[in-house]
Amino acid sequence: MKKLKNMLLGAAALTALALPAAAQTNVKIGILTDMSSLYTDLAGAGSVLAARMAVEDFGAAAKGIKVDFVSADHQNKADVGSNVGRQWFDVDKVDVIVDVPNSGVALAINEIAKDKNKVFLVSGAASSGLTGAACSPNTVHWTYDTWALANGTGSAIVKTGGDSWFFLTADYAFGHQLEADTAAVVNKLGGKVLGAVRHPLNANDFSSFLLQAQSSRAKIVGLANAGGDTVNSIKQAAEFGIVRRGQNLAGLLVFLTDVHALGLETAQGLIMTEAFYWDQNDASRAFAKRFSAANKGIHPTMVHAGVYASVLHYLKAVEAGKSATDGKAVVERMKAMPTDDPLFGKGVVRKDGRKIHDMYLFEVKKPSESKAPWDYYKLRATIPAAEAFRPIADGKCPIAG
Amino acid sequence: MPDIFGIPPQALFGQLLLGLINGSFYAMLSLGLAIIFGLLNIINFTHGAQYMMGAFTAWMLLNWLGISYWWSMLIVPVVVGTFGVLIERTMLRHLYKLDHLYGLLLTFGIALIVQGMYRDQFGSSGLPYRIPDALRGGTDLGFMYMPNYRGWVVAVSLVVCLTTWFVIEKTKLGAYLRAATENPPMVQAFGINVPRMVTLTYGFGVGLAAFSGVLAAPIYQVSPQMGADLIIVVFAVVVIGGMGSIMGSIVTGFGLGIIEGLTKVFYPEASATVIFVIMAIVLLLKPAGLFGRVR
Amino acid sequence: MSGTGGMPRHQQILFGCMVAFLAVAPFVIYPVFLMKVLCFALFACAFNLLVGFVGLLSFGHAMFFGGAAYVAAHGAKVWGLPFELAILAGTATSALLGLAVGALAIRRQGIYFSMITLALAQMIYFFALQAPFTGGEDGLQKVPRGKLLGMISLQNDLTLYFVVAAIFLAAFLAIYRIVHSPFGQVLKAIRENEPRAISLGYKADQYKLAAFVLSATLVGLAGSVKSIVFQLASLTDVHWTMSGEAVLMTLVGGMGTIFGPIAGAVVIITMQNYLAELGSWVTIVQGVVFVACVLAFRRGIVGEIARAIRKPL
Repeated sequence: MKKLKNMLLGAAALTALALPAAAQTNVKIGILTDMSSLYTDLAGAGSVLAARMAVEDFGAAAKGIKVDFVSADHQNKADVGSNVGRQWFDVDKVDVIVDVPNSGVALAINEIAKDKNKVFLVSGAASSGLTGAACSPNTVHWTYDTWALANGTGSAIVKTGGDSWFFLTADYAFGHQLEADTAAVVNKLGGKVLGAVRHPLNANDFSSFLLQAQSSRAKIVGLANAGGDTVNSIKQAAEFGIVRRGQNLAGLLVFLTDVHALGLETAQGLIMTEAFYWDQNDASRAFAKRFSAANKGIHPTMVHAGVYASVLHYLKAVEAGKSATDGKAVVERMKAMPTDDPLFGKGVVRKDGRKIHDMYLFEVKKPSESKAPWDYYKLRATIPAAEAFRPIADGKCPIAG
Repeated sequence: MPDIFGIPPQALFGQLLLGLINGSFYAMLSLGLAIIFGLLNIINFTHGAQYMMGAFTAWMLLNWLGISYWWSMLIVPVVVGTFGVLIERTMLRHLYKLDHLYGLLLTFGIALIVQGMYRDQFGSSGLPYRIPDALRGGTDLGFMYMPNYRGWVVAVSLVVCLTTWFVIEKTKLGAYLRAATENPPMVQAFGINVPRMVTLTYGFGVGLAAFSGVLAAPIYQVSPQMGADLIIVVFAVVVIGGMGSIMGSIVTGFGLGIIEGLTKVFYPEASATVIFVIMAIVLLLKPAGLFGRVR
Repeated sequence: MSGTGGMPRHQQILFGCMVAFLAVAPFVIYPVFLMKVLCFALFACAFNLLVGFVGLLSFGHAMFFGGAAYVAAHGAKVWGLPFELAILAGTATSALLGLAVGALAIRRQGIYFSMITLALAQMIYFFALQAPFTGGEDGLQKVPRGKLLGMISLQNDLTLYFVVAAIFLAAFLAIYRIVHSPFGQVLKAIRENEPRAISLGYKADQYKLAAFVLSATLVGLAGSVKSIVFQLASLTDVHWTMSGEAVLMTLVGGMGTIFGPIAGAVVIITMQNYLAELGSWVTIVQGVVFVACVLAFRRGIVGEIARAIRKPL
């Protein structure tokens, strides 16, 4: 009898020892993105693909992490997005929501993830408020934000002599913020803002606004808008000879897919700030090759790259902690570990949730300089990580203090 | 010259001209909508999607078959118009005796389907279309730099609108059309195939939308969303002009383009809303629109 | 069930089933999803009160839905109003707005009525976009749910669900009473033949205005509750496509039926929820539903059933 009891105890002890090694960590990733309107090309299905590639490259299965995916379209509506988010966290047991290219939706998810103690990895949304007043211990803002874009493009242009500005601003919160952030940089460096015109979203015709920009005689026309509005303003600026008559355009929020949509003939000479370009080094080129093969030939934007890299870093943190259930703990681990991935190189996640890396100032090539399809950018300058993002003290993030 | 409300008169002339150019799109689109409403009694909410199809068809012809802009102006309205004829034959004709609402909902549903399919095929950020070489460049008018292509748009649109008006109001064919609007059985009794006439009218209205799409392709981005928001504005133009009134929609189209242009100078934020303000005022003062008859 | 007095037997049974379902459902189905359905069902029922029983098709009901959502959210978040007062404030705003809009709009008929409501709704949208307190496209976020009667916390989804279900049932019964009251009979008479109703001595305009205000008020109630449930009020709520959704739900369910709009809301919201993963195919599927409804089921789901069993539902 005693023998049997000892055997049983021994067996129990053995299993107890063996369990942690064989135990599997489950992770469910929800990709919440725009699949039916403005941002479909720069995020959309490509973001889902990027997340899958990250899981594959991490070798999750071999490391005992079982990953499931769900994805949904938030239609750029905060209520649709928050609805999906709640349901994912409460019912579908999603551990982390990724991407969310729309600031309004992202701010809503930011709150829900905090409430439910899950993780939110932002790639597509621009609002610098996510690591400012609205910052959360459960959120990491990976790719870019309005401050970084304004700072990169604004300071580079003022320093090369573009010291008087006129803004074409989308009459929306993000447009206003982009304009305000850029104007602050321009003023700080001794430039002048001569005026601004606020246009409704999806305005279609920009000729009237461009004419106002022209008569302001500003050297630089700053486009504080996004998507179709930016594309149409650039297209019509070319038509009205804005650039030929001595003014320059600065796109404050332009993505690779926008340049593709415009064509080089129209977009040439445009200057913009981005966090990633596919033709930077061997690793990024290899990534782009795999990515575009599975994505109708569309090359990765910085949003796609951000989804890839943030998921990779998240999985590292989950592996280290052997659990994905406590969102705050996972994010703390993400902040404690330095980041290192093939697309953004080495970097850190700051206390306020801001991912820090170099940003790049690109110029769109002339048609004659482009050697291959999607060969669009040349590098003008690298903005070192230390200067690329808003200093932590200026963000007034309560958890960073 | 003294400034007008703080704006130099030269700049104001420029803005008026630009308003006129935008107005020519409103005029052509609302014309098609008005013709369709006049004869079919249907509010064609697919109009925006058909305008978008026009632009895309021009793009496909150029990029896949190498067919130039000029040929597109002829081919595209026929192709998209045929699509319209198919819709009329298979779906719309079951709805003529019903409330307006059903036609509106059906065409709105078709618009959702069409836009969804184009987005699935071509993505959301749109495609570039080059301005044809003969119309590139611009002319300095003194008060502004006028791209030649925009001048071309105004000219073509005026010709198309006035020709359509002439055919409907002054020719025998137009007389049959108008008669069929008032009393279909009577016209049928004269030996005219009214259902066929209705079908062709719908096809023509759709063709006009597609033609506007071709004209728009070099200026605006060719994207699946390009007609989605336009439709309620154009519909408002038709209502202001008087539903079913041909001249009403032409004049109102150009007029509202100019008013919108002025709003872009004095209160740009409201430029997307001003048309609705005008619509509310007009409907309260003149229930049938500026040029419409109560029926 | 005192509120169901006067309901025909088959409607009583259906109503009983609905109450039973609402009592059990949250233990099986995700409560937040159910609350969304209930808010939109109320929206559609109130919209149907106007289009189904008076024959006035409004294209601008988003202004009442969204307007109330903003006021309720602002009240709860900035003024610190308790749950009941926030909802009351939103609903009252819609009622007043309904009075002003209705007074203008009922002077026109048919498509012109629809267009005036659309035009006024676009102006409210513009106001919501420009006014500083609405937060632009980010909307009003982090709206506190508060406590019921100052005691019961509504942070728990299940608790809030039962409150929302109670509000919904009360509003549903109110609509039923309105439709079947003498007042409702006059409305139907106006829908069928306005000149005759006038010649019988009814002041048609006053009746129409009253119906418009009632409809706007109940839509406002739906909007206020929605903003508290989702802790969010945004431009989506006042956009013209929101008015379109009310039309769609009513049409799919069955215009002029009592239970139809509820069925329509269930179908549409479920579709939006579970098709969200289809990505760009969502709009295509929605379009197909539109087309199929207009061509094949013009009376809507409940309307077709009612016709099959020859009893009003």
